[in-house]
Amino acid sequence: MNVGVRSRGARIRSAVFGYANMIPFIAFALFPFYYMVITSLKKDAELYNLKAVPFLIQTGVITDHYRYLFFKTEFLTWMKNSLIISVVATSVSLVIAILAGYSLARLRYRGVGTFGTAVFITYLVPPTLLFLPLSQVVVWLGISDTIWALIVTYPTFLVPFSTWLLMGYFRTIPREVEECALVDGASRMQTLCRIVLPMAVPGIVCVTLFGFTLTWNEFTYALTFVSQTANKTAVVGVTADLIRGDIYYWGSLMAGAVVASLPIVIIYVWFLDYYVSGLTAGAVKG
Amino acid sequence: MAIGERALEATELARPSRLARVREWWEQEHVFGYSLIVPALALIVGLVAYPFGMAIYFSLSDYWVGSPGQFIGLRNFWEILGNEIFQQTVYNTFVFALIAVAFKTVLGVWLAMLLFRDFKFKRLIRGAVLLPWVIPTALSVLAWGWMFDSLYSVVNWTAIHLGLINPPGPNWLGLTGYAVTAVIAVNVWRGLPFFAIIVLAGLVSIPREYYEAAEVDGAGSWGRFRHVTLPLLKPVLAVVILFSTIFTFSDFNIVQVLTRGGPVNTTHLFATLAYQIGLTGGNLGQGAAVSLFLFPLLGAFVFLQLRYIRRE
Repeated sequence: MNVGVRSRGARIRSAVFGYANMIPFIAFALFPFYYMVITSLKKDAELYNLKAVPFLIQTGVITDHYRYLFFKTEFLTWMKNSLIISVVATSVSLVIAILAGYSLARLRYRGVGTFGTAVFITYLVPPTLLFLPLSQVVVWLGISDTIWALIVTYPTFLVPFSTWLLMGYFRTIPREVEECALVDGASRMQTLCRIVLPMAVPGIVCVTLFGFTLTWNEFTYALTFVSQTANKTAVVGVTADLIRGDIYYWGSLMAGAVVASLPIVIIYVWFLDYYVSGLTAGAVKG
Repeated sequence: MAIGERALEATELARPSRLARVREWWEQEHVFGYSLIVPALALIVGLVAYPFGMAIYFSLSDYWVGSPGQFIGLRNFWEILGNEIFQQTVYNTFVFALIAVAFKTVLGVWLAMLLFRDFKFKRLIRGAVLLPWVIPTALSVLAWGWMFDSLYSVVNWTAIHLGLINPPGPNWLGLTGYAVTAVIAVNVWRGLPFFAIIVLAGLVSIPREYYEAAEVDGAGSWGRFRHVTLPLLKPVLAVVILFSTIFTFSDFNIVQVLTRGGPVNTTHLFATLAYQIGLTGGNLGQGAAVSLFLFPLLGAFVFLQLRYIRRE
């Protein structure tokens, strides 16, 4: 009896300790976003008042910063650009990666191991190593300073990553299913499209989500290859073009950061589990 | 006339059979395999391998934006090695990566252990913790820039009101030591979720029986952590530390948005210095040489990683 009570007390203590321990981590993770949102809703007079408590909105919520963002800047164009770039680059990369991933995971031919290694090495090459020469490649292709510069270059990091992730998913599909289809007279392409792909849907969803997130969030190439305001992505537009001269207008900057993050937040909330599993699969298998 | 008809018949017969032959040829495993890998391979060769070769060529030439230069051998590299800003950058990069990865490892394992327990709102809390990793880095770093503002810093406001520092508090992004601290803090903030989630996956895969056995042997919670958790986490930790080191070494976004390498170049990393020299300054040759210094470091990591995977 006594033991039971004590162990229950110990359990509660450990639970309380666990929650208390978690609070600093959660606060650390979330505070910048909270601060982003309240800054975007505050009056300038309150933002730049040293006596005001920065954690609260004391003099009323306003939407002026958002109105400024939508009607006085090219923000909506940037959002449109980001959307086009992300959708096109992700779809193209997905098709290329499905073909390559299936080939590397399932088919036996000479050099398959070498190709797999090549994809993996490319997966680990950071964009910051290649942005200088790629900026010239883009000039030679005649697409510099357009959204095409990004649509063409984003697959360089999307395809290796997606291929690597999809290989893992393809390997989990039992070989017998495919062999049955082949014996029944289906061609290899039909087997891939009608038998394998439907079974790899979770992997495809995962790759699509990650692809969209990575392209939407990309900063280095988007900053380097595009300098014309009308062709910028949302992330670069907000970071680079909302600052007029050397003055930072924090209200509208944070409003821009909030709205430009929103598509990712929405997808993230809906598909949280895919993010966790994709992150784990991509890194641990990688 | 009859010959004509014959000829027509013959071609009509030949056409489907040729198509069938092509189809048959394509159905062979190796042909099909090669043809599926071609688009990906073309992309890797054309937009990764070729630009990489170009980077090497740039670094060996006197190449400026708009004017293809001449081959000058290793002069760019000698000039860079003698350049004080570059030496500072090498120092920054190692200090930055070492401290940031150390913090991410310790806090990441700690956070993963916390997330591993059974608790309410598990999914919600995991989602919240992973958020910094998902949101566009450039935008969240912008918010950090505002939090470290020279006049209205919320960090200083909090510290002043807790009585930790005297008003007005430091200008975080304008003072040498403080700027480095700020950049490291933001990097840890952004990289911690990645660490925690992957270590968590590692924790989940440890069989429960090991803990029970250790408990029977009288191991306390620290003993269980040291002798069961840590050794079994080693493979996962090795992978995640390698990945994180690569990301940290090649980081661009955080420094570019927060400090642009300043004050007095104390926060420059290879990528931001390469950007400044190669694009802002227009000296592509030297910029490429700077970014290529990343390569041997990354090459070593990739080599270790590949060897590790083979051994598994």
